[in-house]
Amino acid sequence: MAPQVGLFIPCYIDQLYPQVGIASLKILEHFGADVEYPESQTCCGQPMANTGCTNEVGPLALRFLEIFKSYDAVVCPSGSCVSMVKHHYDEYLGDHPDYKRLKEKTFEFCEYLTGPMGIKKLDGQFPHKVGLHQSCHGLRELRLASSSEVVGEPFGNARELLESIEGVEITTLQRPDECCGFGGTFAVAEEAVSCMMGEDRVYDHEQAGTEVLTALDMSCLMHMDGIIRRQKKPIRVMHIAEIFAECL
Amino acid sequence: MPSHPKLAEAFVKDKERAKWHDQSLWFVRSKRDKAVHQLPEWELLREQASKIKSYVISHLPDLLEQFEKNATAKGVHVHWARDAKEHNEIVHSILEKHQVKRVVKSKSMLTEECHLNPYLERHGIEIVDTDLGEWIVQLQDKPPSHIVMPAIHIKKEEIGELFHEKLGTEKGASDPQYLTESARQHLRRKFIEADAGITGVNFAIADTGGFVVCTNEGNADLGTSLNKLHIACMGIEKLIPRADDLGVFLRLLARSATGQPITTYSSHFHGPKPDGEMHIVLLDNGRSEISGSDEFRRSLNCIRCGACMNTCPVYRRSGGYSYSNTIPGPIGSILGPAHDTKKHSSLPFACSLCASCTDVCPVKIDLHHQLLTWRKEIRLKGLLPFSKRLSMKMMGWMMQAPRLYQFAGTCARWVVPYLPRFLLYNRFNAWGKQRELPDIPKQSFREWMKKNHDRK
Ligand code: SF4
Repeated sequence: MAPQVGLFIPCYIDQLYPQVGIASLKILEHFGADVEYPESQTCCGQPMANTGCTNEVGPLALRFLEIFKSYDAVVCPSGSCVSMVKHHYDEYLGDHPDYKRLKEKTFEFCEYLTGPMGIKKLDGQFPHKVGLHQSCHGLRELRLASSSEVVGEPFGNARELLESIEGVEITTLQRPDECCGFGGTFAVAEEAVSCMMGEDRVYDHEQAGTEVLTALDMSCLMHMDGIIRRQKKPIRVMHIAEIFAECL
Repeated sequence: MPSHPKLAEAFVKDKERAKWHDQSLWFVRSKRDKAVHQLPEWELLREQASKIKSYVISHLPDLLEQFEKNATAKGVHVHWARDAKEHNEIVHSILEKHQVKRVVKSKSMLTEECHLNPYLERHGIEIVDTDLGEWIVQLQDKPPSHIVMPAIHIKKEEIGELFHEKLGTEKGASDPQYLTESARQHLRRKFIEADAGITGVNFAIADTGGFVVCTNEGNADLGTSLNKLHIACMGIEKLIPRADDLGVFLRLLARSATGQPITTYSSHFHGPKPDGEMHIVLLDNGRSEISGSDEFRRSLNCIRCGACMNTCPVYRRSGGYSYSNTIPGPIGSILGPAHDTKKHSSLPFACSLCASCTDVCPVKIDLHHQLLTWRKEIRLKGLLPFSKRLSMKMMGWMMQAPRLYQFAGTCARWVVPYLPRFLLYNRFNAWGKQRELPDIPKQSFREWMKKNHDRK
């Protein structure tokens, strides 16, 4: 029997980018996962935790655990939210008997595809120059790819999967993994710096010839897309799951 | 005092300058990358350094005593200062005893932390910073904006202007060679005239009682060789247990700081010259309190390499002064609030939590986690602005009630698409100043699921 996957769709994807949830679902089902979307889920609590409002997080962490604990795996198309669950729930759920297990079975979408599901190659075509934005939490908290600061062999499963699609050409950036400047409430609290960071990322992609800008996190893309659309740049933004789904 | 976002906004306003600042520091970060990627054992070195430093911080009292004993045996006078005031008084009393009127100082962030210069000047002593960058900011009557490159924010044309005004160099000169040579001539005189030299300390070695000062300009050697009185000022966290440990840190420090394999000068001091005097002032100034905190203890591992500043995307685009703290950047945003939480409460939020600082730090301080912990402390101390508190509380309630959350989303989908642009994009919407809001979709994911997915 296929493992039962609980699909964790972060609140902002649910409300603003339903197509990303749909694409993730389609891909997972295409490869034979038995996916369920528990409807009572809301938010993992990251915005509150990152603002220091930890009182508000505890109940949300417990809710999350109750909702998802019965699944074989929890999969989410956002590295940042996965990192919240795996690395920042300790202070709220540290002694909960089910938390350790939840940590182990929660995966970022590409991580689940390339890891437990063993997908190494995608069929289909996507004839575009693709810019891969390395979202910081996926990179430096979940270690889904090597970061430029750390010495060691380079790796990155999502990149390999993307490269396996016929027609995909990944662009080469001046700064391969600099932060886009979204940072949750930082985007508003430090608006000036946040926007300059975003502009610089977009510019780097523009110079590199990126046609489609993608990432494992929609939040970074929302921020950069906001800048791209305001400045009317010829770059299209797609979550990595949307690219995969287009290849089906 | 203006908060970080205010000062950062002013810095970013001069786009060209902010870009130039970002690129200058990114260049240093790239040099660091090149240097460290040549050492396959880099991560091992970091791990080792982190362990040694953690050992030091948890054995501070014993190691300090050991250091004092060994330094004293070498003929060094060791002094203990609880805070900046005591530190300055001690330094002044030593200088006074020797009737010193002129002092040269090599770079020391610790004396900046204590505001030693203005203190000594008030007491009629001339003090000259001999590190080129630090001297430039001293001429401007400003503090350093970076701990390793104090004048990184100043363009060479501006230095030419400053030197013209203060030293009488040619007007309009901006050739680095010419300007450096003028500075050199000028500083040479100061070195010769000085009656005492003050230095910082990079590493003090408990089992020998010696200490090491790293410079690229040789100014620590010069400043302490031409006169008889050497005062070294150090924070109590600067200790390492054994001389054998030094190699680990010297290899890490310069590569992290500037991408050099080693600083041009690593000067070792083991007691006074035959007819001279050597003093070491050990400063606490809140450090022992930090060493007692499980959460922030590791911030004392810092060897002041500046790598976290060079890599920080916020520091690069907001400049050192936007932090209003002697030590800026990620580590400064941890040490600042530890010293005065209220004054520095905006610093832990001047961070997108990208964690690049944590990955470059040669002593593996988990900088971004500590910044996150500070946010929590600030909230607990009631220093978070009301608007932030309220919005997070409301969001917290809503997210605990899925119906309410769905209802809010449905309302937004009904209303927002029909709102005129000026209602969405105005001065209350910081998001929309330079960015478009996402288009509101016709239905949420959960609504789509209900209609299209056969199971629940
Ligand atoms: S915190 Fe780490 S990276 Fe930053 S200055 Fe200190 S040692 Fe260097």
